[in-house]
Amino acid sequence: MAGAEKRKAGGLDVAYVAHLARLHLTDDEVALFQEQMEGIVHYVEQIGALDVEDVAPLSHTVSVSNVWREDEPSPSIDHSKVMANAPEEHDGLISVPKIVD
Amino acid sequence: MAYETTIGLEVHVQLKTRTKMFCGCATGYGEAPNSLVCPVCLGYPGAMPVMNREAIRLTVVSGLMLGCEIARWSKFDRKSYFYPDMPKNYQISQYDKPLCLGGGVSIDLEDGSEKTIGLTRIHLEEDVGKNTHFGSSSGVDFNRAGHPLMEIVTEPDIASPHEAYAFLQTLKQILLYAGVSDCNLEEGNMRCDVNVSMRPVGSPELGTKAELKNLNTFKGVFHALEYEQQRQSALLARGECVVQETRRWDPERGETSSMRTKEDAHDYRYFPEPDLLPVVLDASQISVWGEDLPEAPRARRSRFAQEYDIPAYDAGVLSADRDVADFFEKAVSAGGSAKAVSNWIMTDVLRVLSETGRRVSDLPLTADALGGLTKLVEDGAVNMTGAKKIFSVLVEEGGTPSKVLDDLGLAQVSDTEALERMVDEAIAANPKSVADYRSGKAAAAQFLMGQVMRLSRGKANPPIVLEMLKQKLDQ
Repeated sequence: MAGAEKRKAGGLDVAYVAHLARLHLTDDEVALFQEQMEGIVHYVEQIGALDVEDVAPLSHTVSVSNVWREDEPSPSIDHSKVMANAPEEHDGLISVPKIVD
Repeated sequence: MAYETTIGLEVHVQLKTRTKMFCGCATGYGEAPNSLVCPVCLGYPGAMPVMNREAIRLTVVSGLMLGCEIARWSKFDRKSYFYPDMPKNYQISQYDKPLCLGGGVSIDLEDGSEKTIGLTRIHLEEDVGKNTHFGSSSGVDFNRAGHPLMEIVTEPDIASPHEAYAFLQTLKQILLYAGVSDCNLEEGNMRCDVNVSMRPVGSPELGTKAELKNLNTFKGVFHALEYEQQRQSALLARGECVVQETRRWDPERGETSSMRTKEDAHDYRYFPEPDLLPVVLDASQISVWGEDLPEAPRARRSRFAQEYDIPAYDAGVLSADRDVADFFEKAVSAGGSAKAVSNWIMTDVLRVLSETGRRVSDLPLTADALGGLTKLVEDGAVNMTGAKKIFSVLVEEGGTPSKVLDDLGLAQVSDTEALERMVDEAIAANPKSVADYRSGKAAAAQFLMGQVMRLSRGKANPPIVLEMLKQKLDQ
């Protein structure tokens, strides 16, 4: 099945997802991961056989909410430390290859 | 064939918080590049986001002001895409469970009628970094990355560039009233994406839309929409099709042009943000946040017209800015008549504000002082000429009107004996004007009146002088 049809059918398309995620996979890897990922999906799909009519949907595995902080500033990190991780600098900006929209 | 336009807007609004959405870095504009950043907003692996409660509150307040339903249960999601302004390679946003649903904004149409533009939703997300383009490279500043950003999405209810413009103006006014954002367009506090399509009049289906990205002025939205209307209707008239695409507005050239985007660029692969827990708001929390909600600008406008018996136009001007509206009401309660206070604000206060670029709250002139000054005029303690001088002092230096009145020696002369001497002097010194008046030139009385005002150094009570002059001249 071609990628687009596979996606339309709700299936998994490892090559497409790898492309979206900028992962460079060989054809052998695509085939291997496709098989493994489908195995995982099918495993989870078994839940479809159960009657979950009266079970509330689970949105998070931790039953805690509203974990927030007050709007109080804390120190930012030193500019030189920021730049230590930048490939290149241009007047305080992090320089990247030209972005063309 | 006649076509009609369908427009929907996505308005991004930076919230007025001290810190960013998911970290404690200060929010700020115009600071040294990459100085307000930390591992969270730089997207370092392993850095954990923590929600800013104030940003949630401001979004809920916005929703309440705009008549939205506030979600009792809301969550954040990751929106995946690759772009240098977002180093995590996903933006934390809200997908299927936004904080606010529905709502609407009522606007005034050109024919004087009212129309409500429906809102689909309001969700909360993090702003991204800012790119600057150079010859062969681009530079990224992450100070803006992580600033709480509210996205207000409208229904496709907008039918013309004029309506889009009115919607944006009205929305801005409401958000300013609510105090949720500075709405400063120059600083990028409000940015707009536009969806626009055209269809034959009466057709049930929407036409193919073009998306215009990142318009940062309301005028830009207006002109870009006018251009798109022309472009799309010309295409349709020639029997051609509109291509669904993203277009860029070039304000210099006054036209939109296609942005070549990859077909899969919009596959955002949303999924729930595992590092954040849901936001659960019960009725009491929502009502606590809604307690200090200000009266909406439109409601205030109609109340002003009714309660203070001032023209609708004046009511609109006075209620346009919340601080000015507060100032007006305070000045009236300090003793001035509503019409007189309204005149002072509309002619003098607003002129000073526009000349100096200040806000009314920054003026040395207080609302109490303006109310007091109005009352001095009404009580006949000072005439308008003197009052204008007192106003100039109050606006520059502050103080109380009665003190300034004494300091300047502007107390109005109503003492008839003193006035009579001046009236006699003016009559004696201007026999020609007296003769003119008596031969039927009523305007000559105004000249004589001016002479008396000059003799009194502006302090004479004009109605008394005029009465006295007429009595003597008509003898």
